[in-house]
Parts: sequence; C-alpha cells; structure tokens
Amino acid sequence: MGLAESFAEQDELAIAERWMSEGKEVAIATVVSTWGSAPRPVGSHLVMDEEGNFEGSVSGGCVEGAVVTEALDVISSGESKMLEFGVADETAWEVGLSCGGKIRVYVERVG
Amino acid sequence: MDPLTLKNLNEARNARKAAIVVTNLTDGQDRLVIEGESVEGELAEALSKAFLNGKSTTIEAGGCEYFLNVHVPPPRIVVIGAVHISQALALIAKTSGYALEVIDPRTAFATPERFGETELFADWPEDVLANRPLDAYCALAAVTHDPKIDDYPLAAALEAGCFYVGALGSRKTHAKRLDRLKEEGIPQEALDCIHSPIGLDIGAASPQEIAVAIMGEIIQAFRSRGLG
Repeated sequence: MGLAESFAEQDELAIAERWMSEGKEVAIATVVSTWGSAPRPVGSHLVMDEEGNFEGSVSGGCVEGAVVTEALDVISSGESKMLEFGVADETAWEVGLSCGGKIRVYVERVG
Repeated sequence: MDPLTLKNLNEARNARKAAIVVTNLTDGQDRLVIEGESVEGELAEALSKAFLNGKSTTIEAGGCEYFLNVHVPPPRIVVIGAVHISQALALIAKTSGYALEVIDPRTAFATPERFGETELFADWPEDVLANRPLDAYCALAAVTHDPKIDDYPLAAALEAGCFYVGALGSRKTHAKRLDRLKEEGIPQEALDCIHSPIGLDIGAASPQEIAVAIMGEIIQAFRSRGLG
C-alpha cells in the first residue's frame, strides 16, 4: 500500500473530507488540552457524520459516546462547543482510564 | 472548521508539508499556516515554536484563546549503506521514534539476516529514490565511503532540502567528495550543509557509538530546522 493510499484509508481528517464530498454533514472533535494522564494527546481527532457514524478517538473510549451526542447538536445548530471531561470519576475508573486526568474537547461543524 | 481549511490541510499532509491549523476558540474562525510561510503579529513566535517542537497547544493572544493543531510529517531517516554503523543506527532510530530505511545495492551487505525488520532496499539509490522521493522531512546519512553509491543520494538530498544530510569519511575523503559534487554543479552553500565528519563530536569510536553520534545530530537538526 502506498503512502497516499494508507493516508486516505485510515486518517480521520481524510475521512472527514471524503464524507464532505459525499454530501454528508460532518463535525470534528479535537482534544485541545489535557491535564494529568489523559489517554489521547492534544490534537487528537474524532470525526462524525449526522447519522452518528464516527472515526478516530479523543479518549480511550470513555467519553466518545458523549462527544458524539454533543456533536449531533453541533451539526444541527452549527454552533461550536467546548466540552470538558474529568476522567477521574467512577465511569472512567470502571473502563480502565487513568485516574486524575481531565480533557477539553472542542467540537465544531465543518462548513 | 472551514471546509477549505480541511481540504488544504489534508493536501499539505499528503504532500508531507508541515502545517498548523490555527483555531480561534473564542469566535470559531480558523486558518491554515504551512511551514515556511511568513506570519505576522502576535502568533508568529508561538507558531514557529510549535513547528519546531511539533506540539499542539492552546495560547492566549489579544484577549482570545487560540488552539494550534500542529501537523508535522513523520521524519524519515534514509541511510545509504547497509554497513555495521547502519545496523546500530536502525535500532537507535527505532528507539528514538524515527522511521528508518536502508539502501545499498551490494546484496552481500543488504540482507534481512543483518537487518531484521528494518526496511531494506538492495538496489541502487537512484532507482529506490525515484519511487520514494526525498523531502524536507527526510534525513539522509551516506555511510558507504563509495562515491559510486553515496554521491547521487547526497546530491539528491541537498536538492530536496532534507533537514539533515550527513556523509561518513575522513576530511580528505570529504574534500574529494566536495570537489566531485561541485563539478556536478551543486552550489557551495548547499555543499556547506553536509555534515562531515558525520555525527556529533562525542569522540565516538565504535560503529555503535558513531550511530549514537549520528542519531544525536539528526535529532538536533530536526528540532532546529530552518534556524540556520
């Protein structure tokens, strides 16, 4: 597989662009800051369409559900949102996320 | 995000250019800055710092909060010569998080037995690089001592603006090499960019130590690129 092909196939920003070209509504969620031991680094993306299909991640799987729900709102309203998650609560602990972490996720519509 | 920002960002990433998406978190506006573009104003310093360390970050400027999402192409180290130094360098590069490939047309040297999982091309650099072109986010280390093998990729690396170009050899060997490359029409200021003797001056003696010195010099060059 060539560099360009693997880029297009797995990369969430390439996927977002492809979805756009297919006429879908798309939102991008980005980790903009982290405190403590956050599972995904600053700059990580989760992209989703208006049906709730998503690719990529902003955490180890704990907050993605919440992000997708909020993103559906962002897609319909067009208003960007800043989400904050503490990953030290019980839910985080149960799914095995590192304790003491906190992340801020910016969710915006493309276009 | 502006769809055009997304499109241009993907284009830059696909072309292995470094780019930063600057998002004003206060009003939601964004723009794309490609490395090398001149930037004016309050963000200039933060942007150039972010290009160098590759770290995405939020900053405050003019009463607004900005997010800089930095996309720097993963650096590639291209080693010309499947020699003892290259075997050690392959391991050190992997530990340091740099992708590395080895090119050597001498099939006795370029064997999977000697290089394990390292990406290896037992072919002439001319042929290999034709399909895998060098760019500004490549480092090239030529370590065969053989002009037939080393000269072409050195010239190609200078032309592609590789962030690091190093060549193994004594001062005498290097002086002769510079004469040959000059005859090929490579300008003096480009030739001055070749690191030779190769590697940081740490008194390295063994092939493994020389590999450490080369890796250190590559990291130094990567983290200070464009600073002269």
